[in-house]
Amino acid sequence: MTVSGLDELYREVILDHYRTPHGAATIENPDVEVEGHNPLCGDELVMHLDIADGRIRGMHIDPRGCSISVASASMLAQQLEGASLEDALELKKTFQSVMKGAEWPEGFDPGDLEALEGVKKFPVRIKCALLAWMTLEQALAEYDRDLVGEVEIDRDIEVVTKKS
Amino acid sequence: MNPVGTQTETTPLDVESIRQDFPILRRKVRGKRLVYLDNAATSQKPQSVIDAISHHYSHSNANVHRGVHCLAEEATEAYEEVRRKVCRFIHGDDPSSIIFTRNTTESINLVAHAWGRKFLGEDDEIVLTVMEHHSNLVPWQLLAQDTGCKLRFIDIDDDGHLRIDRLDEYITDKTKLVCMGHVSNALGTIHSVRTIACAARAVGALVLVDGAQGAPHGPVNVETLDCDFYAYSPHKALGPLGIGVLWARRDLLEEMDPFLAGGEMIRNVTLERSTWAGVPHKFEAGTPSVADAVGLGAATDYLLNIGMENIRAHEKYIVSYAMERLAELPFIRFFGPRDPADRCGLVSFIDTDIHPHDLGTVVDQHGVAIRSGHHCAKPLMHRLGVVATARASFYIYNDRDDVDALIDSLLAARKVFRL
Repeated sequence: MTVSGLDELYREVILDHYRTPHGAATIENPDVEVEGHNPLCGDELVMHLDIADGRIRGMHIDPRGCSISVASASMLAQQLEGASLEDALELKKTFQSVMKGAEWPEGFDPGDLEALEGVKKFPVRIKCALLAWMTLEQALAEYDRDLVGEVEIDRDIEVVTKKS
Repeated sequence: MNPVGTQTETTPLDVESIRQDFPILRRKVRGKRLVYLDNAATSQKPQSVIDAISHHYSHSNANVHRGVHCLAEEATEAYEEVRRKVCRFIHGDDPSSIIFTRNTTESINLVAHAWGRKFLGEDDEIVLTVMEHHSNLVPWQLLAQDTGCKLRFIDIDDDGHLRIDRLDEYITDKTKLVCMGHVSNALGTIHSVRTIACAARAVGALVLVDGAQGAPHGPVNVETLDCDFYAYSPHKALGPLGIGVLWARRDLLEEMDPFLAGGEMIRNVTLERSTWAGVPHKFEAGTPSVADAVGLGAATDYLLNIGMENIRAHEKYIVSYAMERLAELPFIRFFGPRDPADRCGLVSFIDTDIHPHDLGTVVDQHGVAIRSGHHCAKPLMHRLGVVATARASFYIYNDRDDVDALIDSLLAARKVFRL
């Protein structure tokens, strides 16, 4: 490693997601449209969800941000397409706790998300990795308030709901 | 802010000797020499400023304008001496026209409250520019909500110059106030304040100049700028954080209502009502940050000792070199005026393949501190079609070796991103 932590932060798998993100395809008549903003840095992320039978049937994400925020959004789309709303919410919680210092749960396979662990060494960038997930939580809350319950307000991430 | 001569190959400053005055420049960051290129956010402080603040607390600390004891007298005299010094610094003619605030933002809010709420109504318009810092935009948005006055915005051309050719479209008989930056914090453009002030005068409008990026970087003369309000933040000009400056024409200050209310700003108080102290004290409610004022005095001395024309010439020298070096990199695109004569020591740029935040993180690992983001100018970012840029901003202790370190770190970022 040439400069401490950088190669760990910008792993190949992150750069791959950044260059060709999942979730790019648009969907017709989404059930929920939300837009997440990180006012600290200006990053923006549009998320459309197509929900049927308690599952995410389709997802469109248009992230405009740094490699970390785009890669994280891409991994979210990769992992959650077809997932139940409960599983989606659970993964959000797990990922968030890992970003805040926890370990992955015993026996849990984080897939490509594991590559984002390098972000932990760069505390100011954790917000970047979380933007898509906070936006997702808000989107699910718009769809089913009972499922999500009280949404934790992150004052640094503003979510604008377009339609639900 | 006219450049001195056109020489950009040399600097009139002895940068090596200046660097010795800034203790923070001796520290290492991430094991590397600190290359501090975020001066538009805040400048570093010379030892003389740090010592002045320390000396104040060690020897002269007391509250000002009250008490008859020796320390109170010394503190008051020190505080008022800085007011006179700052007045000379911006070439005002009346020290009572200098109001100490917390920062440029508070200075602008003061004008919005104390002047705007009293004198503006729904038939009136305030003209701003699309490239204002949020601090010279949001206070006016709130004022517009409260008073019903309208906001209009002068557009820019593709090089980041204001469209002064179309001023008559923006500045009309309805215009009561024109608010503009002296120098753009996001693009570095030095604005033609005089030209715009002239158009404002023609319709009887007042002019407020946000000098946050102007006052630190070259001579300021509020008379020749022909403005009515001038605000700046000394912490961007070697001074301490926590004190701001507002200069305003004395007759305007006389007719304005107070901004904050409390001690210090009164003439007489009964349980039912109060009358106000004269200017400037009417606008300085509560205990001011005396030590920060003393630090501001030391910072002003330091700048005047170097000479503001020399600082302007130095920045032109360093920004010319920075633009020249950045232009060698085909993947870098920079924004703002091409001619170094039209910009202060600041370059806003993007790597076409790497997001500015990623760039900021990588160059930081090389000890290089730049800003990446929207620079509190989101409408401008939108106008430029980007969400963020990287910004390197220079000051008196920066030299070509700092630019070289920046360039090397930008090349290193390409490697990290396998480009």
